[in-house]
Amino acid sequence: MRMPDPDSGVLARRSTIAADLRALVPDGVITDEDELRTYECDGLSAYRQLPMIVVLPSTTAQVSRVLKYCHDNGVKIVPRGAGTSLSGGALPLADAVTLGMARFNRILEIDWDNRCAVVQPGVTNLAITNAVQHRGFYYAPDPSSQIACTIGGNVAENSGGVHCLKYGLTTNNVLGVEMVLINGEVVRLGGKHVDPDGYDLLGAVVGSEGLLGVVTEVTVRILKSPETARALLIGFPSNEAAGDAVAAIIAAGIIPAGLEMMDGPAIKAAEDFVHAGYPLDVEALLICELDGPEAEVEHLIGRVQAIVEDNGAVHVRASTTDEERALFWAGRKNAFPAVGRISPDYYCMDGTIPRRRLPEVLARMAQLAAHYQLRVANVFHAGDGNLHPLILFDANRPGELEAAEAFGADILRLCVEVGGVLTGEHGVGVEKRDLMGAMFSEVDLQQQQRFKCAFDPDHLLNPGKVFPTLHRCAELGKLHVSGGKLPFPDLPRF
Amino acid sequence: METVRPQTEEQLAEAIAEAVGSETPLEVLGRGSKRALGRPVKAARVLDLSAFAGVDLYEPQELVMTAGAGTPLADIEAMLAENRQQLLFEAPDYGPLLGGPPGQGSIGGLFAANLSGPRRLSAGAARDHILGFQAVSGRAEAFKSGGRVVKNVTGFDLSKLMAGSFGTLAVLTRLSFKVMPVPEETRTVLAFGLDDAQAVAAMTEALQSSHEVSGAAHLPAAVAAAAPAGAGAGAMTAVRVEGPEPSVVHRAAALQRLLGRFGDTAVFDTADSLALWRAVRDVAPLLSDARLVWRLSVPPAAGAAVVADIAARLPFTHFFDRGGGLVWLASQAVGDAGATDVRNAVDRVGGTATLVRAPEDVRAQVPVFHPQPGPVFRLAARVKEAFDPRHVLNRGRMYSGL
Repeated sequence: MRMPDPDSGVLARRSTIAADLRALVPDGVITDEDELRTYECDGLSAYRQLPMIVVLPSTTAQVSRVLKYCHDNGVKIVPRGAGTSLSGGALPLADAVTLGMARFNRILEIDWDNRCAVVQPGVTNLAITNAVQHRGFYYAPDPSSQIACTIGGNVAENSGGVHCLKYGLTTNNVLGVEMVLINGEVVRLGGKHVDPDGYDLLGAVVGSEGLLGVVTEVTVRILKSPETARALLIGFPSNEAAGDAVAAIIAAGIIPAGLEMMDGPAIKAAEDFVHAGYPLDVEALLICELDGPEAEVEHLIGRVQAIVEDNGAVHVRASTTDEERALFWAGRKNAFPAVGRISPDYYCMDGTIPRRRLPEVLARMAQLAAHYQLRVANVFHAGDGNLHPLILFDANRPGELEAAEAFGADILRLCVEVGGVLTGEHGVGVEKRDLMGAMFSEVDLQQQQRFKCAFDPDHLLNPGKVFPTLHRCAELGKLHVSGGKLPFPDLPRF
Repeated sequence: METVRPQTEEQLAEAIAEAVGSETPLEVLGRGSKRALGRPVKAARVLDLSAFAGVDLYEPQELVMTAGAGTPLADIEAMLAENRQQLLFEAPDYGPLLGGPPGQGSIGGLFAANLSGPRRLSAGAARDHILGFQAVSGRAEAFKSGGRVVKNVTGFDLSKLMAGSFGTLAVLTRLSFKVMPVPEETRTVLAFGLDDAQAVAAMTEALQSSHEVSGAAHLPAAVAAAAPAGAGAGAMTAVRVEGPEPSVVHRAAALQRLLGRFGDTAVFDTADSLALWRAVRDVAPLLSDARLVWRLSVPPAAGAAVVADIAARLPFTHFFDRGGGLVWLASQAVGDAGATDVRNAVDRVGGTATLVRAPEDVRAQVPVFHPQPGPVFRLAARVKEAFDPRHVLNRGRMYSGL
C-alpha cells in the first residue's frame, strides 16, 4: 500500500514540532517509540506505521490550537478514535501527528425531553446506551465493536450495525456536531433541532473518514427501547431459498429490527464456538428479530413464520425468552472470532449488493474461492444487502495474504458489477482506496476531492485515505474557460 | 425570460458550459412548483428539467427506486401506491402554501428542498432517504455519488449535501432513493383543550414512551377549526401510531391513557387520521390569506417557549408539528417580516427560522433562510466554489453570495 511520500522537511523538524505541540498540550504529547507502538495500526492490522508524534488533547481549545499549528506549519494529521477501524482509517503516517481523541470521554448532557444526548467523541458507542438505559432509552446504531468503538469514530465512518434496516445508520441518528477545521476554526453543525437551513454539511461530515475536520462533540438521538423483542432462527436448504424468504418478508411490508443471514461455513464455525443451537444440516440460516409492543411482535412472528415456511424453511424456532434471543444472536455476533478459531487469519470484507443478487454473488464467490484456493465464510446483513465475506488464510504461508487481498478485491468488484458498492459500513480507508475507480469515474472522484478542498485545501487531514490519487486543490479548482466557452471533453456516460 | 429545456445529460452540460462561458446565471427548475420558496433568483435563463422524467428502476422488494429528477412526484406516488409503498418521510405538498395548485412538484425538487412531513420524527427527512444521484455541476461536468443500496459509505455522502441545496451546487438529473411499506393501520389519539405548554409537555411524554409515535402535532383553537374534523373542538393535540392492527390498537389505548391525564381524549381511525396528518403535512391549517408563513425548527421541548417569546412582540397564528420541534407561524407583519423577533427567539434556544411564504419583494429583502455564523457561512461559500465556481446555478437562491 503506497502512502504519500513523507515530507523530509517535517521529519527533520520532528523534535521542534514535538516541543511546540507540548506547549499546546502539556501532558499529552507522545514521542517515545515504545509508546508510539500502541498507535501503529488500527483494526486492519496488516498495515502498520509508527506515527511521527501522538497528541492526546482533552479540550476543544487544544484541538483548535493543534490543528492551527499543524495548518500553519504544514504538518499532517491523522485523527483517531478507539482504533477499531477495519479499513485502516486511522493508519498513521510517518510524517504525521496522530491525534488521539480518547481523553474526550465524557457524557456532557442527557436531554430527556428532547430525546438526545450530548457526548464527547471518545465516549464508546455502548457507553451512550449504558448512560440512558436506566430510563429505558438506548442509542440505536450498534456496530459489533460497540463495546470499544467510539462515537467520534462512528461519526467518521458512518457506522452501522445489525439494526440499521429499521433504525438507520449513524448519519440518521446524529443531530449535531462541534467540529474543528484545519485552520483552527470551531464550527457547530446541527444541534438539538433537525434539518437546519443551509447546506447539510453535517450529512457530509458523517462518514468523511477524518478528511474534513476533527469532531469534538456529538449530539445523538436516543430512542425508547421497544417493549419487547423476539427472534426467529430459520434454516434453509439453500441460499436461494433464504434469499427468496428475505424478499418475501419485505414484500409483505414487514421491516424487521434485524435480519441476518449466515452461510454453511459461517453457521458451522459459529455453532462450534458458542453452541447457540444452530442447525448444522442447513445451507443458510436467517435470524429475524422483531421488536415493538408484545401484541405487534406476536402478530409479526406468526406472519414471518408463515412466509418462511412458504419459502422452504426446514427449521424454524422462535425465541421464548430474552436469554434465548441473546443466544440466537451470540453466534452471529461472534461470527468473526468464531472464524478466527478455524483459521490462523481471516480478512473481513464489506460490500453491499442489491439483495436479490445474493445467490448469484455467493455462487461466483465460491468460484473465486476455488480459483484462489482459499476458503470463505459469509455473514450477511440480509435486510440491507450488506455482505461480510470472511476470507480464511494463513499469513505465514508465502503468498496467502496477497491472495486473500486479491480475492477480496475481486469480491468488491463483483459487488459493484451487480449494482452494489465497495463498502457498506467499514469505510474506504486505505483498504479500498485503490478500488475507488471500480465504482467512480475520475470526474466523480475529482468532484469529491473539490469538496474536501473546501475544508482542507492543503490535504493535511488524513491524506492517503479514501482517494487513490491526490490532486492539488489549486489544480482541481481551475476552470478552463477560453473564448467564452468551456472546452467540452468526452463526457462520462452512465 | 428564455427557457432552455435540455433533453439529455450532454445537452444539459452544454447549457451549463455556455452559462459559465458567457457568465449568464441560470434558474434551475424541476417542475417549478417551489419557485416561490427561497430568495428570488435573478437569472436571464431558466433551465427546465422536465425532460429528465421517468422511473428507471423500481424494485419493491429491494425497497428502492431510481427516477429522473424531473419526474412528477404524483407519478411516483401513484406507482408506489400500487405496491402499497410510499416515501416514508411523508413528502409534503407545498403547492397551495406557496400560492400555487397542489400536486405539481417533481421528485428532484422534493429532494433539493429536503422536505419532510410529520413522520420526520421517526423516519427522517428527504435527506435520510436519498441513496445516490447523478448531476451536472456548475463546472458543466457530469458526476455521480452514492449508489442504489441502503448501506453505503463509499466516499463522501454528497447525496446529503445535495438534499436541501436548492439547486445551487449542481443540477440533479437522476436520483435513487428508499421506498418503504405503507403501514397497515393508522390511529390518532387526540387530546382537547390544552394550551401550548401543556400540549408540548403531553407530546413530550408520548414521545418518551415506547409506543413508537410517528406524528405529534398541536393545533391551537384558532387553527384547529380549519383542520379536518377539528371544527368546534377547541385546541387539538394529536399523536399518531402506525403499524399492524393489533399493534396500533394496543398503542392507541396506551396513549389514550397517557394523554387522558392532560385532557379529554378521542381516537381517530385510519381514514380520519390520514386526512388530519395530510393537512398537518401540507400546512393546510394556516392556508388563510396570511401574507407570511415562517417555519421554525427548534429543540422540540422548547417549542412552546419560543412561541411565547415571539408572541410578546408580534401577532400571529401558529401550530406545532414534530412534538414541538416544528412551529408553523402565519403573520401579516410588515417591515422586516418579523424576522428580527422570530430569529432572536429561535437563536435563544438554538434552531433555524425559514420564511417559507412571502411576497417576492419581501424575499428579496429579508433573508429567507436563517443567517449562519461566520465560519459556517464561509465554509458553505467554499463548498459552493467547489461545485459552482462561477455561481451560474440558482445564484442567491439560498443566501446572498452563494
